[in-house]
Amino acid sequence: MRRSNRQNMAVYQEEVRMKKSVFLGALSVAGVAAGVAAAGTLDDVKARGTLNCGVTTGLVGFAAPDANGEWNGFDVAVCRAVAAAVLGDPTAVEFVPTTGKTRFTALASGEIDMLARNTTWTFSRDVDLKFTFVGVNYYDGQGFMVPKELGVSSATELDGATVCIQTGTTTELNLADYFRANNISYEPVPIETNAEAQQQYLAGACDVFTTDASGLAATRATFEAPGDHVLLPEIISKEPLGPLVRHGDNEWGDVVRWTLNALITAEELGVTSANIGEMASGTNNPEINRLLGTEGTLGEMLGLDADWAMKALSVSGNYGEIFEATIGESTPIGLARGLNAQWTEGGLLYSPPFR
Amino acid sequence: MSDTSANSVAFVRTETVPPSPPPFSTTGPVKWAKDNLFSTPLYSLLTIVAAYFIYLILSSTLPWILSGVWTTSSLAECREVLDGVSAACFSVLTERWNQLIFGFKYPADQYWRPSLAFLVFFAAVAPVLFYKLPRKLLIITALFPFVAYYLIWGGTILTPILALAGVVAGYVVYGRLVAGSFAAGFFGGIAAAFVIWTIGGWIIPDNANEGAWLSAVPSRDLGGFMLNMMLGVTCVSLSVPLGIALALGRQSDMPLIKWICVIFIEFIRGVPLITLLFVASVMLAYFFPPGTTTDLFLRVVIMITMFSAAYIAEVIRGGLAALPRGQYEAADSLGLDYAQAMRLIILPQALKISIPGIVNVAVGLFKDTTLVSVISMFDLLGMIRGPILASTEWNGVYWELLGFAALLFFVVCYGISQYSQWLERQLATDHR
Repeated sequence: MRRSNRQNMAVYQEEVRMKKSVFLGALSVAGVAAGVAAAGTLDDVKARGTLNCGVTTGLVGFAAPDANGEWNGFDVAVCRAVAAAVLGDPTAVEFVPTTGKTRFTALASGEIDMLARNTTWTFSRDVDLKFTFVGVNYYDGQGFMVPKELGVSSATELDGATVCIQTGTTTELNLADYFRANNISYEPVPIETNAEAQQQYLAGACDVFTTDASGLAATRATFEAPGDHVLLPEIISKEPLGPLVRHGDNEWGDVVRWTLNALITAEELGVTSANIGEMASGTNNPEINRLLGTEGTLGEMLGLDADWAMKALSVSGNYGEIFEATIGESTPIGLARGLNAQWTEGGLLYSPPFR
Repeated sequence: MSDTSANSVAFVRTETVPPSPPPFSTTGPVKWAKDNLFSTPLYSLLTIVAAYFIYLILSSTLPWILSGVWTTSSLAECREVLDGVSAACFSVLTERWNQLIFGFKYPADQYWRPSLAFLVFFAAVAPVLFYKLPRKLLIITALFPFVAYYLIWGGTILTPILALAGVVAGYVVYGRLVAGSFAAGFFGGIAAAFVIWTIGGWIIPDNANEGAWLSAVPSRDLGGFMLNMMLGVTCVSLSVPLGIALALGRQSDMPLIKWICVIFIEFIRGVPLITLLFVASVMLAYFFPPGTTTDLFLRVVIMITMFSAAYIAEVIRGGLAALPRGQYEAADSLGLDYAQAMRLIILPQALKISIPGIVNVAVGLFKDTTLVSVISMFDLLGMIRGPILASTEWNGVYWELLGFAALLFFVVCYGISQYSQWLERQLATDHR
């Protein structure tokens, strides 16, 4: 034993030394790369050949790798569109999974070029944390889920209901405000975690379960009989989720902003992945022509190719197509467009013109 | 009086009576049950109650496990197949098996590399664990870190060869100088290794990884149980020698060394591991220039190693304190210097005393590797909580996945625990 211990230590020391060498190597690489990082993010991304895009570690419908390790989802589609617009290749994305705690430091430290991670646009994140939200790709808000057999079709009919609610969250305060404003009463059932809330709700401990509407839909999708539960139409808080970049690099911010706007505008103009090839050969709608790069120099102004938006749209279609494929009514999550419809159809999606 | 003669009695047994079997109630399972389960009315009652509870648990879990579904491709299909029957949906384990073991980004056609490294690991660890094996096998152990690094990370073969060359050079210099003084050998060896590494760093071209025989896999692509095993093995094997050094340093008479060790141990022990991990993943990014990423795996290894080394140092200090003063004096009276006394007399005894404590820390460390899931590394638990539960197919499968994770961890931790008990029995030299 004595001898084996001694030789053990020799092995351990060898390992220590090896790790040291790796560490030193990493340090020297860090020093070399520091000189490169001074250029703009757009040039960095082009030079690197891949886009580092921060996503969640997994959220149903919004971002998750499938059985083959391919990332899919609503937020992921934004990353792919930007990669296609800048690099011409929707697969040239390095997805960097971030948690709620690590996402902002990952962006601020330059580890990622953009963050598309169902992040709510708030004053303090924009101003104090020094990020630029380039737009909104999903208007979320707090909603209600009830069993169908309750026969309720509106939140205003919930007088006297017991409500499962996570304690210590803004949803709790929103709920109190909403019921007081409508002059109806409720009985809260305080719950610690979302998983617990699901169980309590399914066990009938409460009539209503309330949290963000997309979360409700995702939760309902996991139920054994999702059809037995309905989401009420009322949304009682504002949670605009959107992609964001660092303050101070406006060229890069413009690229991400207008890629998102291109997805939205394309839906408004009726440009889909099916007809984009046909439309790219020229239409008699000048805005479509400007969007797809057959007229004007919009791509050049962004520092991209003329057909940048076309590349972005070829990945998985326009905003509406992405929505339908990832979280829309044909998927198990089954979210209605609601606020996320085009402004022409009563929603909030309103992209500035491509001019 | 002749009545006693043999002829006057009707029957005389000429051979011994064969032993008859003991009564049924005093042998076999019946006696065991009577002695152990039903010896008093109170025990009988407790036995019946316990049996009832065991029945309750098994009757609800066994059908759930045995009628589980293994072949569907989503939870919805599972529910269709089960048709209202409550049973497990193990399909998630079969469909996502590779992701659970290797993470979701390790190239699928390269799975043989970590698998091979895992097999070699057993060959490498055997001579360390079982001291009766031939000592020559330790060569495998010495080469294992380099082989495993090459297999798992791939890239140019120059990197592990260079690392090995540095270590060999350091060892040679150490062997030359240690006769003069231990310190000269120690620092000379380290300096020699660094010289080799620095020179080698210039030699290896920047694009050496391109076209390498084994394609390079970045640390970010590691995941699954493989990541837990890698972190556990690396950190345990690094933290034991570091812990020994810290324990000895804390007992040193030299104030500088003593206080460095005391402050290190007390500081690290006073901080939660999760804080250190956040420092590794979040804070260090601020100290490096923007746009650079130091290998996250390496950062995490350093933090976990520091953490467990501080604990192991305290365990070993307990072992050192348990040795009678006479052992130190005996070493002195033999004319041994400090290094010899520690190596030949003090540490073998102190480490033997410390085995249960060290194993305790090792088991805890191995389970703590799951904490890396909070800094968005996809270890086994990170895979389950993130990608798998967030996929539309498997959202809602909890028991099967977490039960599987628990099983894997139990197998490893129970194995470590059994080994340490065997080792203690082997090394028991005290008076019994």
